[in-house]
Amino acid sequence: MNWNSFDDFMAMGGYGLYVWGSYALVLLLMLLEPVLVERRHRRALDQTRDNPGER
Amino acid sequence: MHTTIRLFTYAAPSRFYALAGRLTPWLYALALLGAALGLYIGFFVAPTDATQGESYRIIFIHVPAAWMSMLLYLAMAGWAVMGWAFNARLASMVARALAPTGALFTVMALWTGALWGKPTWGTWWVWDARLTSELILLFLYLGYIALVESIDDTRRADHAGALLALVGAVNVPVIYFSVRWWNTLHQGASISMTAAPTMASTMLAALLVMTMAFWAYAFAVVFGRTRAIILEREADAEWVQALARDTSKETA
Repeated sequence: MNWNSFDDFMAMGGYGLYVWGSYALVLLLMLLEPVLVERRHRRALDQTRDNPGER
Repeated sequence: MHTTIRLFTYAAPSRFYALAGRLTPWLYALALLGAALGLYIGFFVAPTDATQGESYRIIFIHVPAAWMSMLLYLAMAGWAVMGWAFNARLASMVARALAPTGALFTVMALWTGALWGKPTWGTWWVWDARLTSELILLFLYLGYIALVESIDDTRRADHAGALLALVGAVNVPVIYFSVRWWNTLHQGASISMTAAPTMASTMLAALLVMTMAFWAYAFAVVFGRTRAIILEREADAEWVQALARDTSKETA
């Protein structure tokens, strides 16, 4: 085990800001992108329904 | 003859739509499991780096993101050219679907690189070969997206995009070999096909598992976006009309 406590884990040996700053953006983008994709999919279905037979 | 038919079965947008829809939940599950396992190994099993301390743990997302940014660009250029050369509708749609995801991976690689560079090199950014060529990759993605979105005629947009993607593809080997061709601050390749790995095996394991998770994630979102693009482009098709009617009943 590398960490003695939760605070120890968050501190990342003094590099907490850099490590967690990196992971935060990656996590944010990877949560956001699937939502945007799902929304685009839903919008495409809605638009087809609203304009049957044409775009 | 039989194999030819099989090969192109999923080139039909309707077939691909159904297949990708079935695969996507499994891909997300794989990405989630892989990330959980990779991060567990990366943070709780892999030891502290002798020279970089804990800051090296950024590697578990930095390197997969950078790999994916290059790989997705090549995939995008490849499918765009396929769509252009063979007039394959689905190939052009996949190329378009890859671009935003590739651009996001490039942003992740640059951002995590800056946050890793500050404590290890003392600077967020340097205009060296590796960093500059990765930034150019971001501009290529953004240029491709801007170009195809600015042309109303879908087919012409796809063709123009394919040309840009193809020309820009020379940048990918430049990124990859930049650490060998020029003197740069960026460290050399951590993983090589020809030499034994220089990092602890647990670090390597975490890195590879995370890479697998990023792959699964990339497939999942690109499949999802391709499905949306199929619906947008094939809105006149009978199967899309029927699908839209059926889903409205579900939600009503």
